[in-house]
Parts: sequence; C-alpha cells; structure tokens
Amino acid sequence: MSTVERLLLDSELTINHALPLKQQLLQALERSDTLELDLSQVSDIDTAGLQLLLLAKREAARGNKRLAIVAHNPVVRQTLDFCNLASYFGDPMVIPAQESEVQRG
Amino acid sequence: MDELTSVFVQESREQLASMESGLLVLEHQAPQPDDINAIFRAAHTIKGASGVIECHFIEAFMHKVENVLDRLRNGQIQLTSRLTELLLQCCDHLGHLIDVLEAGNPEPDESLQTAGEALLAELSRNYLQSSDPDPDARSMGEGEASLIAHSVDVLAAGGVLIGDSWHISVRFGPNVMRGGMDPLSFLRYLGTQGEILAIETLPDAMPVAELMDPETCYLGFEIKYQTRGTKADIERVFAFVQDECELRIIPPPAKISEYLQLIKELPEEDMRLGEILVRTGALTQAELDAGLEAQKAASLSEQNQDGDAPQAPVQIGDILVEEHQVVPKELVEAAASRQAQISTKKAADARLIRVQADKLDQLIDLVGELVIAGASANLLAQRSGQTELVESTSILSRLVENIRDSALQLRMVQIGETFNRFNRVVRDMSHELNKDIELIITGADTELDKTVVEKIGDPLMHLVRNALDHGIEPTALRIQRNKPAKGRLELNAFHDSGSIVIQVRDDGSGLPVEKIHAKALERGLIQAGQVLSEQEIINLIFEPGFSTASEVTNISGRGVGMDVVRRNIQALRGTVEVTTQEGEGTCFSIRLPLTLAIIDGFLVGVDKSSYVIPLDMVIECIELHADQTDRNFLNLRGEVLPFVRLRDIFEIEGTPPARENIVIVQYAGEKAGIVVDQLMGEFQTVIKPLAAIFRHLRGIGGSTILGSGEVALILDIQALIQRCVRGEEKALKQQALLKAG
Repeated sequence: MSTVERLLLDSELTINHALPLKQQLLQALERSDTLELDLSQVSDIDTAGLQLLLLAKREAARGNKRLAIVAHNPVVRQTLDFCNLASYFGDPMVIPAQESEVQRG
Repeated sequence: MDELTSVFVQESREQLASMESGLLVLEHQAPQPDDINAIFRAAHTIKGASGVIECHFIEAFMHKVENVLDRLRNGQIQLTSRLTELLLQCCDHLGHLIDVLEAGNPEPDESLQTAGEALLAELSRNYLQSSDPDPDARSMGEGEASLIAHSVDVLAAGGVLIGDSWHISVRFGPNVMRGGMDPLSFLRYLGTQGEILAIETLPDAMPVAELMDPETCYLGFEIKYQTRGTKADIERVFAFVQDECELRIIPPPAKISEYLQLIKELPEEDMRLGEILVRTGALTQAELDAGLEAQKAASLSEQNQDGDAPQAPVQIGDILVEEHQVVPKELVEAAASRQAQISTKKAADARLIRVQADKLDQLIDLVGELVIAGASANLLAQRSGQTELVESTSILSRLVENIRDSALQLRMVQIGETFNRFNRVVRDMSHELNKDIELIITGADTELDKTVVEKIGDPLMHLVRNALDHGIEPTALRIQRNKPAKGRLELNAFHDSGSIVIQVRDDGSGLPVEKIHAKALERGLIQAGQVLSEQEIINLIFEPGFSTASEVTNISGRGVGMDVVRRNIQALRGTVEVTTQEGEGTCFSIRLPLTLAIIDGFLVGVDKSSYVIPLDMVIECIELHADQTDRNFLNLRGEVLPFVRLRDIFEIEGTPPARENIVIVQYAGEKAGIVVDQLMGEFQTVIKPLAAIFRHLRGIGGSTILGSGEVALILDIQALIQRCVRGEEKALKQQALLKAG
C-alpha cells in the first residue's frame, strides 16, 4: 500500500531554518512512499536549502521512494535551473505565463 | 562579402604577416619557444576564425599546418631549413586561399587545390608521422613503447582542446555557510562577470542522512565558463571563500592532460568526474577515453620497464610526476600566465578601432574646410578691431590647428610594416640568385600618410629588386673585389624638413656611368657630343625604356622600371634621387611630402597676389638691400646664396617696393632665396590641387584659399630651386664659353 504525503513548506529554505527543515523532510519521507513537496510558498532558497532538497531526493531514491516537487516557487525554480539540477529532480515545472506580473502584484 | 568575412580577411592577413615574420626570424636564430608559440598562435587563430566563418578550405588547410607547428612547439620534430621553406610556402598558399575567399569564390580553383594538396602531403609525410616510422623493425618492447609514445603524443600534441572557455572546478569547504556566506551567491556573481556555459552540481560529498549536518556545505561545482577576464579575475570572485574552498581553474586552450590531472586531484571518483566533464562539455567522450587509455598504458609501461624505452619514458614520467605528486598549480599557472599575456594582447587590440578610410578622408576634408573658415573668421575679427573678438577667434584657430594635427595624425602609419615585407623578398631572391644578402632596416617607426605608404610599396619593391639583382654582386665577385662576402641592403626612413626620406642603399657595384652613357647613346636618349655631368648621366636611368641589364632575368631588367618608379613617386608629389659610387654601392633616396592634404604655410605677397611657401622649408627671412639687387646671388654670412625674384618668375607688373624681403628656403640640402614684397606670416594651408590642365606647370604645387576668399598659389620650392641652380649653371657656362671664345 502506498501512501502519498504532501508537504507544504512555507518558511524560507535557508540556513536559518536548516536544522528543523532537515527533520521535517526526513520524517515526512519516512512516513510515506511518495512525498510531494509543495514549494510554492517558499520565499527564499540558499545553498543549505538546495542541499537539503538534494539530500531528500537522494534518501528517497535510496529507500525506493519517490520525491516529487509538485509546486515550485520561481525562486526555487531559478535556483534549480541555475545549478542545472532540474533534470535531476525530474519534476515538471509549471511556468505560468503571467507569473512575473502576479509576483509583482 | 559580408562584414564578418571582410574582417576575417583583414585579420588573417595580419596573422599571416606575423606568421611569416616569425618564420623568417626562426631561420636566422636558434628557435625560441616563444617564437614558435607565436607562429602557432597565429596559425591557430586563423584556423579558428576560418571555422567561425565556415570557410572550410582554409580551415582544413590550416588544420594540418597547425598540427605540424604544434609538434614543432612540443619539440617532437626539429626545425630544418626545408621545414621553414615548406611552412613559408604554406603561408603563401594561405595568402592565395584568402584571396580566393576575398574574391567571393566558393572554393579554390584546381591548380591552387593541387598545390595545397602537394604541400599538405609533404607536411604529413615528413612531419606528421610518428617519430618512430617503422615499429616492426624493432623489438617488441620498443614497439610497445613507441605505441605508448604515440598515444602520449595524442595526449600532449593533439590533445589541445579547441575552444575559448575556461573550466572551473570548485569544492566549497564545510564551514562556508556557517561563516554566513552562500556559495550560490558566488556562482551567481560569477555569472554576472562572464557567461556560465554549463554547470554541474556535485552533491557527492554529502554523507548519509543521519550524518549530514544541514549547516555544513558539501557541494561542489564544475563550471564551463566564458569570460574576457584573466584567471585572477575569476579567483577574485571566490576571494571571500579563498581559504575555505578548493578552486581549480583550467584556462583555455586546455589540454586533455590538464583535465586528467583535474580528475585525479578531485575527491570524487574518476569515472564519475569524467562523466561530469563530458556533461559540462569540457571533454568529449572520445577524448576522455583516449586520455584514460593513454594514462593506463603509461602507468603500465612504467611498471614494466624501467627506463628501457628510449624517448617515451621521459614524457610518461612527466605525466606521472604530475599525477602522483600532484604538482597541480604550476602547470595551470604557466598556462594561465600565457593566457593572461594573450588577453592583454587582445586588450591592446581592442584599443584599436578599425575605421573606414573614406570616413577619415571625409574628416580631413571637413577639417580642411574648417581651417579655411577659421582663417576667414580670423581675418574678419582683425578687421573689426574688437579685441575680445580677436582673442576668441585666435583661441578658436589654435584649437582648429590642434584638430588639424590630430586628424592628420589619424592617417599616419609607421613605415615599418612596409619595410618588413622586404624581409621575405630579400630572403627569397637571395636564394634564387644564389647570393648572400642581409637586409638592414632602420627608421621603421617613421610615420607617414597612409595613402603614401600604400603607394610607395611598388616603387620600393622595384628598387629593392634592382639592388638585389643588379646592384649586389655574386659572392665570388665580391670576394674578388675584397668586399665582405655577405651583401648588405639597407632600408632607411627618416623625417627631414617636412618630408619623409626613404633610402634604399646597397653595397654593390654601383651604377656604371660609362655603360649608362653608351646605352643612352644607343637608345638615342642623348646625342653624341652632348656634355653631361656625371649626375646627369646617372639620372638617365629614370628615362623611359632604359635598362642596362645585358640579359633579362626573372627578377628585373625588363626595361620597364626606373621611369615607372619615378612617375609613381612624382604622383605622390615626391622626388627620387640616386647617388652612386662605382664599386662602392648605390643609394636611392625617395623624398615624399608627409601629407597630401594640409600643411603649415608661410604666406608671402608680391604686389597684390599672395603665395604660400611650405613652412617646413623656410629657414629665415632677411631684408634685401638695394645694393645687392643687380645679381642673382648674395653673400649670406660668407655663403653664396642664389635667389629668384617671384616678381620676375610670375611676370608681375608694377614697381617693387623700397624694401624687399628674402625668404631663405632649404630643400634636400640646397639653399636658395626667394625675393618677395611682403612677409605675411604663418598660414594653415589646405592644399587644393590644381586642375589637370595645369599639371605640367613647374614651380606651383597647388592652390589654397585665403581667409578673404582669395586664391593663393603654393610654390613648389624644389622646382624653383632647381630653376635657380640651373640658371646659375647656365650663366656660368656661358661665361666660360665667352672666355674660351
């Protein structure tokens, strides 16, 4: 039986929250077979945050589980793009046409 | 031809010239690595650029040439005179190929193609084979060694990766993030300083989840990067984390071996890193395989045989030393410093702007108009008598003068480039004629107008060829005449009173005066019994249809020649003179005006008309005393000074004023005086050529427009002086005849 859990991260994925975030991610991953990450509310991401996402992805692969990022925030998407990691995570990225305007609005 | 192609044609010609001069230098001295490198770089640049504009016939040709140069650079083949010769021929061929491109043809015609193939065939046959042509003849061990040597060759020689991107490999230290620094922000900053072509993130150092400390940085990045900056610029990006990160930078053009070294040094597993390098586009899979293969073979042979194989172990050893002891930086540093040199050179190039010549001409024209307009404003201001106005116009005219000088300066180029072309000519011809001739160039930094430089090439070529062919004797004859076996040809340039003098001097046999006289008689150029001075006889060589060479050679003596030379030079408002000493040598002096557009003039007046004398020629002005006026010369501080009266020459009516003035001018060492009514001072003179109908008018070089709108004639001082001197001579002869009679 596969369980799907959706985790909404609403803090910034930065070093300031790195410790609790690691716990949060790993625990969520433990509880489920498929972890869906909703990053749409993430306002900032730095190397520590990126590293945690990489860790989670790797742990998931190790436990034969699936980690999917179902919603990106532009900040996250740009960072993943910049580091050429989008294909590593392998999640479809939805780029709303009017995103930039919405962002500013 | 599109713009890109025309830029390519122009730049390739420059690179080609530097290749050629580099090769000529190599011929005379022991090859320095720097020299060979410079030649290689030139060839490499041409090849690269031809690839960019998709001119494949040049690219293919240069590819082979570049390979040979690369082997030469790496000391795998030695420079022989045959190789130099061959490479020079390749240069010539490349020149032809560029012509083909310039003419807009899709590919070279058949004969050119065959010639190119012949060159390439010889290159590959003699210089691109492995250093050991026949491995079978040797023992097995040695055969293997040579095989290895060959693959090491591939590594070291063929292993230069084309491309101008840097490879940056960075591993951030664990404490970077705790220090409050975000590695990603450095990379983003890097992205603003250049272009990140490809990036790979390496989380491999991250331990399993339980051990992973979220505040520790585990990430590394492999980056393919393009920038105009230097290695130091890249390092500066990472300056804040310098102590806490491992930074490796491979500057372009990188060698496979450098990447292999990188793979060795980095903590991640070799194969994984190799893959990453392939992914970032630093290496291709084939290159990686070849490299790893060669490396394996190299370490095998090291184990198998200790110093047995002749040449190979040295190179392998080098590689191994680099790998085992990880002498990492030096190699990269060396490459980087070379890179810095190249980029400084590029920066120097960037400070040059290419400008269309006609735009410059237009600017000069406008400046000319400005000068005229300024002169007229000046005149009006002076007439108005308003001090302030006069003051401001005088400031204006000073600025205009500065603009004029700068604008003219724009057109000035050094003559050195023209002179250097003759290195090749002298080399080739002395081979052909079997003479040993040395070319000495002085005054290469003398500047003159670009149009003049362009047009002086042909006449110079003619003089040089003549000097080599007829002037300098064959070696045997030289020794017999007690001269040094090595002939000397000197090219010299210098400035002299507003003109530039270019001299072609040889230490050959000199001009045979008697032979010239006889020839001139035979050709009917002079009449028997005509009395001529030695100089006059020598000047006969400039007459049309005159050639003394008893036989027509490949090089000169076709009978078209000196007259054409003189005509070309005269078309530039210049003169050519020859001095010769039989048995000692000959010297041709070409004297040219510095510029063809604007000069500083000295304005003089006779009656109501004004005349301009080029200021550079004016030495002094003195008053003419009435008691000296009966003869055409005066005593100037003990020197005899002939003079002419402009009033007489131009047949101006009216009576001369009580006090006349003499302007003393000098040209080509001769002094003369010009008697005028008034001295009106300096005047910026825009030379307006006279109409074609006045072409044969002697004594007038052009016209100009004064501030008042009147036209003033510019005096051709040289013609006037000659007239002066000849007049005196004639008078003397008549006197002598009278006395004799």
